[in-house]
Amino acid sequence: MQPTPSQTIGPFFHLCLTMNAAGARLAGPGAEGEALTLICRVLDADGAPVDDALIELWQADASGVYNHPDDPRYQEHDPAFPGFARAATDDKGECTFQTVRPGAVTGEDGALHAPHINASIFARGLLKRVVTRVYFEDDPKDPVLACVPEQRRATLLARPDSVKPSAWRFEIHLSGERETVFFAI
Amino acid sequence: MADPDYLYAPYRSTIPRAPRQPLILMPETLSERTGPVFGHDAVTESCSDLTRQHAGEPIGERIVVTGRVCDEDGRPVTNTLVEIWQTNSAGRYFHDKDRHHAPLDPNFTGAGRALTDSNGCYRFITIKPGAYPWQNHQNAWRPAHIHFSLFGATFGSRLITQMYFPGDPLLEFDPIFHSVREAPARERLIARFDLGATKPDWALGYRFDIVLGGTRATFFED
Repeated sequence: MQPTPSQTIGPFFHLCLTMNAAGARLAGPGAEGEALTLICRVLDADGAPVDDALIELWQADASGVYNHPDDPRYQEHDPAFPGFARAATDDKGECTFQTVRPGAVTGEDGALHAPHINASIFARGLLKRVVTRVYFEDDPKDPVLACVPEQRRATLLARPDSVKPSAWRFEIHLSGERETVFFAI
Repeated sequence: MADPDYLYAPYRSTIPRAPRQPLILMPETLSERTGPVFGHDAVTESCSDLTRQHAGEPIGERIVVTGRVCDEDGRPVTNTLVEIWQTNSAGRYFHDKDRHHAPLDPNFTGAGRALTDSNGCYRFITIKPGAYPWQNHQNAWRPAHIHFSLFGATFGSRLITQMYFPGDPLLEFDPIFHSVREAPARERLIARFDLGATKPDWALGYRFDIVLGGTRATFFED
């Protein structure tokens, strides 16, 4: 059967999707691992902040296990770590997530994939979501990063915040010279 | 491919926001084969009846909107969150950035949520939304629509879309609707009037079936 096409989220989703202000936590109380604040910022082709985007994050727990029964290591998952949250950007184009540093996920061949957070971005003017990944190490060995031209890999890298300890920043350039790498999934 | 391209110049907001680089193809990994189970604890019965969320009854035409959610193989997608949002009958969103000069309805927020049942079916009772003007081009009007958000089984099956009404004369002029380039794919965004879903002496019924993609049969990780 043919899939239902995507349409833009538009500028008024807040009234339904982000009513719950506590929604930007991927980690529940008592989640294991290194606490991490991730500040995401969305910019358009001109470098202007996108103040009406929705960002959704999905990640494995501190030991690299997804809170999902199709993860072969599901029995080991941290029950205090749901691993999903969504938030709307503010007038600076930013939103902040509380999580833990993800562990390395084991691939089907047994090799470890570099720790990363999966991100979807929706906005007015985006007729379908864009999907990207947030990495924390410079150029690690990873089967998905290997698909990305070398000169564009840095767009997937979060950087430590210059002021707040344990906070990282990730910039999403929807378009323009520094366009972030987006994936077909 | 059913989805619109990112860049569709007649919808002006795509111009500064559409990515221009080709999407990067990648092997499917556990990150895409898994996905969140989200929002289930927040769903109560009144969430799916948007006409009973306030002290009084909202103004407008009551309607039933129902349908079945399935994957590309036709298998029902059960127990998944369906969220909707829309304008009131006058074409105004309950949102502080909506500047359309039309009245708010104190008895209508326009947000609903439901979980699909064991057959993949959902059902909402709401008010028929209104058309409203927007600034995309001269004399631009959005056709009446309901926004839909669905998760499905995995990160890859996530969908946000809009449902339109059959016979709406504004569809012909709407660049967001026409961003979907193939006519048969556009048809899948239009609900059907369904006498069987109508509640006699109470509300007309519309059927909007949804097919979630994101389950790929090829290009698996080795």
